[in-house]
Amino acid sequence: MESQQNDHLSKKWIHLRRILERPGPFCSPSFVASEQHLEFLMKTCKILVIGAGGLGCELLKDLAYLGFRDIHVIDMDTIDLSNLNRQFLFRRKDIGSSKAQCAAEFINKRVPGCVVTPHFCKIQDYDESFYRDFHIVVCGLDSVVARRWINGMILSLLVFDEEGSLDQSSLIPIIDGGTEGFRGNARVILPSITACIECNLDLYPPQVTYPLCTIATTPRLPEHCIEYVKIIQWEKENPFGVALDGDDPQHLSWVYERAQDRANHFRITGLTYRLVQGVLKNIIPAVASTNAVIASVCATEVFKIATSCYESLNNYMMFNDVDGIYTYHYESERKTDCLACSNVSRPVIIDDPNSMTLENLITYLCENAQFQMKNPGLTANINGKNKTLYMSAVPCIEERTRPNLTLSLVELGLVDGHEIMVADQTSPNTITIQLKFAIHDSEME
Amino acid sequence: MSSPAIPKSPELSDKNRKYDRQIRLWGEQGQTLLEAAQVCLINVNAIGTEVLKGIVLPGIGGFTIVDAGIVTEEDIGCNFFLDQSSLGLSRAKAAMQLLQELNPDVRGDYVDESVEYLLQNNPDFFRTFNVVVASSIKETTIIALSEKLWQLEVPFIFCRSVGFIATARIQVKEHCIVESHPDDKLKDLRLHHPFPSLKEHLESSDVTSKVPWLCVVYKFLQKWRGSDESKVPTTHKEKLELKKLIHSGMTKDEENFEEAVVALNSCFSGGRPTKELLEILEDRSCNNLTKESKLFWILVRSLNDFLNVDSDGWLPVPGVLPDMTAETAHYINLQNIYRSQANQDASLVYNHAQNHLRSLNLSSDLITESDVKLFCREAATISLLRGTKIADEYEKCLSPHTIASELEMPNSLMEYYIVLRAFDRFQSEHGGVPGECHVEADTARIKSIANRLLSDWGVTHPFSDELAHEICRYGGTEIHSVSAFMGGCVAHEVIKLITQQYKPINNTVIYSAITSSTATYRM
Repeated sequence: MESQQNDHLSKKWIHLRRILERPGPFCSPSFVASEQHLEFLMKTCKILVIGAGGLGCELLKDLAYLGFRDIHVIDMDTIDLSNLNRQFLFRRKDIGSSKAQCAAEFINKRVPGCVVTPHFCKIQDYDESFYRDFHIVVCGLDSVVARRWINGMILSLLVFDEEGSLDQSSLIPIIDGGTEGFRGNARVILPSITACIECNLDLYPPQVTYPLCTIATTPRLPEHCIEYVKIIQWEKENPFGVALDGDDPQHLSWVYERAQDRANHFRITGLTYRLVQGVLKNIIPAVASTNAVIASVCATEVFKIATSCYESLNNYMMFNDVDGIYTYHYESERKTDCLACSNVSRPVIIDDPNSMTLENLITYLCENAQFQMKNPGLTANINGKNKTLYMSAVPCIEERTRPNLTLSLVELGLVDGHEIMVADQTSPNTITIQLKFAIHDSEME
Repeated sequence: MSSPAIPKSPELSDKNRKYDRQIRLWGEQGQTLLEAAQVCLINVNAIGTEVLKGIVLPGIGGFTIVDAGIVTEEDIGCNFFLDQSSLGLSRAKAAMQLLQELNPDVRGDYVDESVEYLLQNNPDFFRTFNVVVASSIKETTIIALSEKLWQLEVPFIFCRSVGFIATARIQVKEHCIVESHPDDKLKDLRLHHPFPSLKEHLESSDVTSKVPWLCVVYKFLQKWRGSDESKVPTTHKEKLELKKLIHSGMTKDEENFEEAVVALNSCFSGGRPTKELLEILEDRSCNNLTKESKLFWILVRSLNDFLNVDSDGWLPVPGVLPDMTAETAHYINLQNIYRSQANQDASLVYNHAQNHLRSLNLSSDLITESDVKLFCREAATISLLRGTKIADEYEKCLSPHTIASELEMPNSLMEYYIVLRAFDRFQSEHGGVPGECHVEADTARIKSIANRLLSDWGVTHPFSDELAHEICRYGGTEIHSVSAFMGGCVAHEVIKLITQQYKPINNTVIYSAITSSTATYRM
């Protein structure tokens, strides 16, 4: 048995030791080659991996072979048959089990000395006291909402002194990876120093939706027929007395058959069962190779930051291997008025406060590319009192505030320059927007 | 109740569900090719097993590992597919077992011999593989293997991972791609050259808010043309004139008019062979069909016949109509017009293909109507790759000009190529791995080898001290995440070669994990 105490000096780790114990011409200026780097990785450094899916499995493996031994992984999902083409820590017998638990168990068994701690839950189930403990956070997520929430959480951990300068020990770097088919990206975020997720929210295009009138009256594509059954026919007929579940084969068959009827009626061709599944579940195609590539870039960046052996990626890299192999990296810039990483309130221009209702404002916050909120709750200070304008998350408050939706901003007592606090599931923190009433042409004359 | 003839839901098979996320990309056709393919890996190290992982998971038919070595502590420290219990055992067998375990659909095999032994005693061993992947091989073996695989026409990928640097080089004599899946596929709608049924439809349609934007553009195009019936707006100024004309015809905010204006920039393109396609059409393989010709070349020849005989140089209509705001019946009508023209064109191409099969004394079912339909749909973007032999690259240096001009660029990754060539040569000349024991002494040696290589190639450029030092500091070690990057890339290149979809690299890719960048060179 090798002694755990001196494991960092073992022959097995010769690969990492060469990099960390020998000086090199391309190392970052602050790097001093020594045995202490690997010892730090093995004994002290604590990493959080968010997501144990396609990227997560690869990240755990890569980090374990880069010498990290205290790794936590968090994922609320269970294993599905369609994961097995790329999530290589899972087998058929694992279908239905927790991804985080299975992945941790596999790595702990394959790489002796590495301890992966699983968390089978939502990221939102934990608070600051959990996240504060990590040196670096790596995200392998397929959800923009979850990314934004983690981004907000890590930003909220930053500590500034009275003069506004950052307490370096409170900074937790975020390495974020994403893939879709043969495309992927990796980025390094130093919260409050480099661009955060929210600074470049426009990089994530909103999901494709079809206009309701097309779906209802002038369908042309098989997708339109599927959306019709999903949005309109299911509600109306409610065949199984429950909400539509894209994972239930009975539901899928029902939708497939109704959509096929509708397509036949309109002489639309090309409807397949696979397409029905794809539309209902918003399936993103995925292959093993792209996940391996993007996760490896993320893990390498974790290693660079943890050891300072090389300068880390500054700060955004794209990858595409449809035609040859193509990569590109650039520095994405911080937004000075970022909702998440600056303390400035974001102005919202209101054309006509007399006709714009609260409901209009909420729709704007959901649809605008800079906000992309899900179900925002709004609070404002009106005449010296904090007043909830609308909140859908709590049923009794929703009921009480529902009448406000149809009132105009003026009727609600809001004035030019008014600040509104907005809470949404996309962030653990409340953000502030500031209403700016546009000056009308008539008033300018 | 209303429709008794509903087809029952075609529940997808188990395999289909397992591979669903990738079949959405390369289709069932690609998956079938993958499941029939055999890949050989020469030498087990992290990059090699990561390549296999990336093709075993998606369901390659089978793989064979060739390696005569036994598992060491160092192997276990960076290879996920060699565990503590395999210490001292056959490396080929141990890796095969843990890789096979990833996917029970895949058959794993191994050979406990060195590649050098096989080349000597059983060189045709390699004939049965669709692709051979190798790493950690000596310079002389690279050359011998390259010669053998070139002769057998088996695609070969040579890859390596040293410290924070990794590369892959593809050797393929000829690779033909029908479905290249370009990101920026040009629309080919023939608005500027409508086929008769389209012309008739466009001319007889009333332009209202209910018709697809194509009808809108066509009507105002006619107006803009005046007496010159073949004129097409190409310049910015002309497009602006047409745009104004369309705007002037709007009464309210008709969506199809808005779409027509947006479409003006790209809707008069396509239909004619590109330069790349012309080269394929003029290729010797297209003009000299034999019994041994690939079906791809018979199809290309048939396409060429179609262009010369039937269509006055216009490509077969692809028959794909993008979605556009319109009433259902208007849109479906238009879609059917495109589809039926596509079918007509394809059937002419099919006839040419059948004629060629007949005159070559080949069976008529070698090329089906659906093969031809697919080929015609993709005709504008079919692709051909003719590679070079690694043996020639090593013995003659095929691209001194590329090397010289790349070295002039700041931060070029070409230096990494040279340092790795020097790394190979060092091993031939000195036996060991540079930097394994003496970084300083080996740095000087690497530098002098690199300079010697450059002068052999006629390139006058002093080699960098820093890179020579960097490669020696690695002492030949492999960093797992760097191997995982190139392993993932190579796995996809293997899939491209097997499925005959997407364009592979041509022919060398270099990755620097130091700067997270890549470059591709044709060597």
